[in-house]
Amino acid sequence: MSSAVEDHHEDHPSGLMRWITTTNHKDIGTLYLWFSLIMFFIGGFMALIIRTELFQPGLQFVDPQFFNSMTTMHALVMIFGVVMPAFTGLANWLIPMMVGGPDMALPRMNNMSFWILPFAFAMLLSTLFMDGGAPAGGWTLYPPLSLQTGDAFPFLIFAIHFMGLSSIMGAINVIATILNMRAPGMNLMKMPLFVWTWLITAFLLIAVMPVLAGGVTMLLTDKFFETSFFNAAGGGDPVMFQHIFWFFGHPEVYILILPSFGVVSSIIPTFARKPLFGYSSMVYATASIAFLSFIVWAHHMFTVGIPLAGELFFMFATMLIAVPTGVKVFNWVSTMWRGSMTFETPMLFAIGFIIMFTIGGFSGLMLAIVPADFQYHDTYFVVAHFHYVLVPGSIFAIMAACYYWLPKWTGYMYSEGLGKIHFWLSTIFVNLTFFPMHFVGLAGMPRRIPDYSLQFADYNMIASIGAFGFGFAQLIFVYIVFKCMRSGEKATDEVWEGAEGLEWTLPSPPPYHSFSTPPNIK
Amino acid sequence: MALFKKILLFSVVSLTSSVVHSGWDALNMPKGVSLISNEVYDLHMIILWICVAIGVVVFGAMAWSIFMHRKSRGYKPATFHESTKLEVVWTVIPFLILVLMCIPATKTLIKMYDYSNAEITIKVTGYQWLWQYEYLESGVSFYSNLKTSYDEIYNKKEKNINYLQEVDNNLVLPINKKVRFLITSNDVLHAWWIPDLALKSDAIPGFINELSTTILETGVYRGKCAELCGRSHGFMPIVIEAVDDKTFEDWLASKKGDTNLANR
Repeated sequence: MSSAVEDHHEDHPSGLMRWITTTNHKDIGTLYLWFSLIMFFIGGFMALIIRTELFQPGLQFVDPQFFNSMTTMHALVMIFGVVMPAFTGLANWLIPMMVGGPDMALPRMNNMSFWILPFAFAMLLSTLFMDGGAPAGGWTLYPPLSLQTGDAFPFLIFAIHFMGLSSIMGAINVIATILNMRAPGMNLMKMPLFVWTWLITAFLLIAVMPVLAGGVTMLLTDKFFETSFFNAAGGGDPVMFQHIFWFFGHPEVYILILPSFGVVSSIIPTFARKPLFGYSSMVYATASIAFLSFIVWAHHMFTVGIPLAGELFFMFATMLIAVPTGVKVFNWVSTMWRGSMTFETPMLFAIGFIIMFTIGGFSGLMLAIVPADFQYHDTYFVVAHFHYVLVPGSIFAIMAACYYWLPKWTGYMYSEGLGKIHFWLSTIFVNLTFFPMHFVGLAGMPRRIPDYSLQFADYNMIASIGAFGFGFAQLIFVYIVFKCMRSGEKATDEVWEGAEGLEWTLPSPPPYHSFSTPPNIK
Repeated sequence: MALFKKILLFSVVSLTSSVVHSGWDALNMPKGVSLISNEVYDLHMIILWICVAIGVVVFGAMAWSIFMHRKSRGYKPATFHESTKLEVVWTVIPFLILVLMCIPATKTLIKMYDYSNAEITIKVTGYQWLWQYEYLESGVSFYSNLKTSYDEIYNKKEKNINYLQEVDNNLVLPINKKVRFLITSNDVLHAWWIPDLALKSDAIPGFINELSTTILETGVYRGKCAELCGRSHGFMPIVIEAVDDKTFEDWLASKKGDTNLANR
């Protein structure tokens, strides 16, 4: 696996203590990814409870309050427990290898930032068993409703604080690694796009996680210490919370998608056997999207009664985001154009990402049109929109990344046949789940309701069938990963014929410390 | 395309008629029964077709590339990897399309923000989980609760066609008169939404939001609370009964002094 000289560095405790005490970027990356996968099934299970209740009109299975808890917890788990840890896991594994460094810059903090997470989520999930039930006011925590939460409330707030702490530490580590651990010659404009997108994501995290922490702390003092930040009767303003929340929330949605752009920008050139089209414009587009994310937050709240000038500003700024996002899509298509493509599983997931993320982008553009948004707002059209950018968007990109780098991580090739089956089942079912939601949303079905009137019955039934199909298809992925960890065709160092980048110059699996001596950068 | 348009058109026609269909028709935004709702529908269709057109071009290029430029056909990869000219082109063209789209959207929005010269003002207050309506000029005031029975909700009785979109006291309004709504809440956030009138506004405790509309056709228009407000968020519908002037005045006169209505 690695040369004899380095062996003493690999000295580490075995068994459970290895994982608890580890400061190694690969071990921590693995921990993050497993954590994310477990949470994916917990959050997915909650989604299936939602879809079971919505299979037919009428209340069949759960109490409406519990239903509201499920929508709330599903969102919190999927955002903070699945997508964000998965990207941090990928960052841990890949950034040191991609920039030619030995490890992350701050290994002890790395350990801490991971190990906070299981405690934060134990706290969050424990609220399911508390008096008054789990939080049921929506993941957006809008007061006054969120202040009606029972015993769960302080646990929810502290869980969010810990998740924020973990994310901020992870982000500091990513920035410190990228700025300090690059091999000589790896200047910024030579970095792979995954590194670039993560650098920008990390700055977004540091900018907005404290804003969320401030907002939820104000909720906490409103509930327990008689402040009136958001209580109109005490001179406060319930809408101010929404401004604070979405000032965090909009950059947050780009935190959930920018690393996906990096993943896709790595995979498409490999399987097109052609360099990425417009590298520098990709970097600038990512930076523009990040900048714009700070000045569009009120498009989540067009119906709260914002003055005309405010509505117009946020409409124009929001529509502007379509320009750099379009540039990225055009660049990916141009990368594929006149390439010599093959369609292994990572490529399939990456192409699926581009198409379905673009569909989510289209509905996003529609949502920016304020007069039309009055009709779309808080309907299933919005649910369809953000699930298109998050499931066949972020989740597909994470899947693509796993298939793409799994042979590098484990040293074995995964089963290509099963991978393709996983892709096709996921794609069919994800569309079956989320596409009909556009229709019922436009026709007037609000989101976050446990029961609906009869005209929405047929499409809801289809969506529920799709959701179960999608959920069970993910079990194939678990099987593929387990199989790939211990058996399969031996992976070569380069793994993929067209792969470029420093991680492919290391053996598969790579040594415990990635680059002990800096590689030569051409 | 033509077939798709036909399907959309059919669904719109059938949805906007007062008959509620169950089935596959719940497909598109209703055109509605006010000038504004028609403009909103047009905006929605314009931006939808713009997206479809861009989608056809982008996905078409991708599909062509996927079928033609594959290794299994022996296609040799090109080596080009940048073009400033192209980057400028696909920055400027989408930008211009967006500017064009902003013009009608801004026009409609300005019209929606004109609440002046309303003939009737109605205060709408959200509660967990019902609505209160107050006709400010005439002093008529009443609460509006879900009428659907528990037996229907818990599947002990067959659901009627207006399941979950029927109330005990409809909000009765005259047609062809400008009506202004003042929206607020007494507890948590709610949102008052009537798709057929393209009206939606959050109901916020301590704040009053404004909406206005002129209904063009008589009929019954059904809406729902659109902001999560707790356990029974899905069970506080809105029903507007639009009638001619004479019927409205008669109805209003009959309600004056009817104290039963004021009690919840």
